Amino acid sequence: MTDALRPPPKKDPQKRTVTPTLPPALRSRAALGLSAAAAEGRFALQSCAECGAVQYPPRDACSRCLSTGLRWRDVDPGGTLLAETTIRTTVDVYFRERMPWRTGSVQLDAGPVVIAHVHGDVTPRGRVRMWNLLDRAGQAVLVAMPEGRTPHMEDDPQLREMTADPKHRRILIADARNPNAPALARALKDAGAAMLIAGEAEGWRPYPHRDALAALGVDLQPMDVTDTASVKKLAGEYGGKTDILINNARFMRPGGVLARGDTAFARNEIEVNYLGLMRLAQAFGPAMCARAQDGVNSAAAWVNILTVEALSNDPAYGCFNASNAAALSLSQSLRAEFRGAGLRVMNVLTGPTEDDWYQPLPPPKVGHAALARSVVEGLQRGLEDVYCGDVAKDLVERFRRDPKVLERERTGGTA
Amino acid sequence: MARRRQGYDGVVLTAPVTVPYQRYSIDTAHFWIARALRATLDAAGLKPLDIDGFSVASFTLFPDTPVGLTQHLGLCPRWLDTIPMGGASGVVALRRAARAVQAGDADIVACVAGDTNQIDSFRKLLSSFSRFAMDASYPYGFGGPNANFALLTDRYMTEFNATREDFGRLCVAQRANALRNPHAVMKKPLTMEEYLTARPIADPIALFDCVMPVAGAEAFLVMTEDEAARRNLPFARIAGAIERHNAHVDDPIQLRGGWTMDRDELWDMAACAPSDMDLVQTYDDYPVISLMQIEDLGFCDKGAAPDFLRDRDLTIDGDFPHNTSGGQLSAGQAGAAGGFIGLVEAIRQVTGQAGPTQVKGARRALVSGFGMINYDRGLCTGAAVLEAA
Repeated sequence: MTDALRPPPKKDPQKRTVTPTLPPALRSRAALGLSAAAAEGRFALQSCAECGAVQYPPRDACSRCLSTGLRWRDVDPGGTLLAETTIRTTVDVYFRERMPWRTGSVQLDAGPVVIAHVHGDVTPRGRVRMWNLLDRAGQAVLVAMPEGRTPHMEDDPQLREMTADPKHRRILIADARNPNAPALARALKDAGAAMLIAGEAEGWRPYPHRDALAALGVDLQPMDVTDTASVKKLAGEYGGKTDILINNARFMRPGGVLARGDTAFARNEIEVNYLGLMRLAQAFGPAMCARAQDGVNSAAAWVNILTVEALSNDPAYGCFNASNAAALSLSQSLRAEFRGAGLRVMNVLTGPTEDDWYQPLPPPKVGHAALARSVVEGLQRGLEDVYCGDVAKDLVERFRRDPKVLERERTGGTA
Repeated sequence: MARRRQGYDGVVLTAPVTVPYQRYSIDTAHFWIARALRATLDAAGLKPLDIDGFSVASFTLFPDTPVGLTQHLGLCPRWLDTIPMGGASGVVALRRAARAVQAGDADIVACVAGDTNQIDSFRKLLSSFSRFAMDASYPYGFGGPNANFALLTDRYMTEFNATREDFGRLCVAQRANALRNPHAVMKKPLTMEEYLTARPIADPIALFDCVMPVAGAEAFLVMTEDEAARRNLPFARIAGAIERHNAHVDDPIQLRGGWTMDRDELWDMAACAPSDMDLVQTYDDYPVISLMQIEDLGFCDKGAAPDFLRDRDLTIDGDFPHNTSGGQLSAGQAGAAGGFIGLVEAIRQVTGQAGPTQVKGARRALVSGFGMINYDRGLCTGAAVLEAA
């Protein structure tokens, strides 16, 4: 049975902060398909388009019929533990610091036998359910989990390496004024967050949910993501104890290029949605990277909340979506820059949300609570890409089918 | 209808040499291979340009290949081979070289295996060992071969009710053999108690189930029987040899190797039976794999090796002399030379040149090879029966 994770003691300031190390990060190009699936929390394996044989490890040709038509498909995650070991010695620096380590051979119901990490609650020769998770190097690894829930299963030390669970972590929400802030705070608190801080721009200007944040125990601190000095100041005070940063700052106005007479709103959108992300990353990123292996409350993840229309624009919000596309692109750079420390970047791409600026749009829309749930679940599964709400899921599916067709669809090309 | 394979008539193995192993070396694979080549040529009274065939097995030659070695070492072969098969490299090198000599593509082939072991070279070798290992085994705890064999051992123990003592008997006997080999890296006796209480490495594998990576090299020559006789060299004949890769793909976990597919042919070709062997050299990177070879090559049924070994004495003077030089478990694993250690020792044995580890009256030896944990199992298997002249 997994021992419940204890809240960490106060950090000893005399102790050197451990330099983050990473598990082996190199993979073949074929194996990156598994990482792409893990980024969304899917358990997918290659299957042969001709003979249907499910393959593992990832290949460039089918080992049954030599077809090169291998496709990644979601497969049955059930399996049985055939054999196991507890590794106590290794020459790899990352695992050496985390010994002992339980691994095993799993016969998948889908066919192949895989070597996997084995959760502590899996019984010898027992049934398992496979999770495909991203490890600290940002690469997919298969984890054999117990079939059902077990007490504190998320606290398993090996599993916690693969997730960014908010439990016992200190979390900064970038924009207290965003109407989604109370829902985020509540969900994170329910998930066991140790401390919640929120940046508050223009504190003199009232906003309706300030009392709700205060009632949740959120520590409100002055910060405006368009003001470098204020971001640096807060990072100076809290950067060393921010374990998860949730960038929910947003400036939006409707309209595309011709609906606006000038670039004033667009400039604000870029200031907040794009440069805001950059300012936060430049101020908080280095300290978070340095603390990515700092025990139970190590720095673990960076979260951006973006519109799914960053993938494919819609002129009703054309300029806003463009600023989000810039932010999405920047997040990829940031993800690569954080990878050396093992810090994750998770983008939550959402459909239209229940708030003032999307008021004229028809449902379905994403409520604040649903968005917050997506954020928490994504962190608990260590995801990189979360598509929140029916509209986002629909749009990404169309995007994957054919981005150009989607563009025409969204900009008035279909009946 | 299966074609009947030709025998290895007229081809012999001679000039077996072992360059004494070292735990760590500041020298390169080139250095170790050069020393082994020189030693085998000296043993036969040959100069480098006298050989026209060259076969090399090594993991640490990078960025060179045997092509680069010809220039580096001043050779001019008309037949050149590289054997990237780790623990199976000895048997495979022998098979290929023997056919080349038999067909007249070469007259004298020097087969050499050698590797260096520098600080950190084992970690580097593991990191780039194979694509499947990189993608699908090393990110899982980076236990290296220890972890792979721990899984096989765990399953073998469950499946066949084997105990750690069963593996321990083999390790203890090999250590006793190693104490008679002045070049063995392990110099202290090993008791069953010490074996059982050793530091765990990857359960159920503990310290004395594992080989020690070392630097070293092994070599021998392949030539016609006439050539060996003319030079007055003691030689061994090849009674039979088999090789197989990626057998039994549908076995969920490796409890048998490719030997099971080819052993009947081996014994048929050699016109003898397991019980005719005066000594057995298995590939012993972990004891479980030696037990598998004893089963798969027909000494006993599948799963019966623990019982089989319980009733036998595996030391040099025993009734089942096994890995007489101490094997890799006690003499050390010198990279690809680990695929040669048993073969070179077997040539010494049947030619009566084994000195302190000599099995009295040894005339026939079985040598078995096993190599390349590409992902979850060893892919290459081979075996050969050697006979005294």
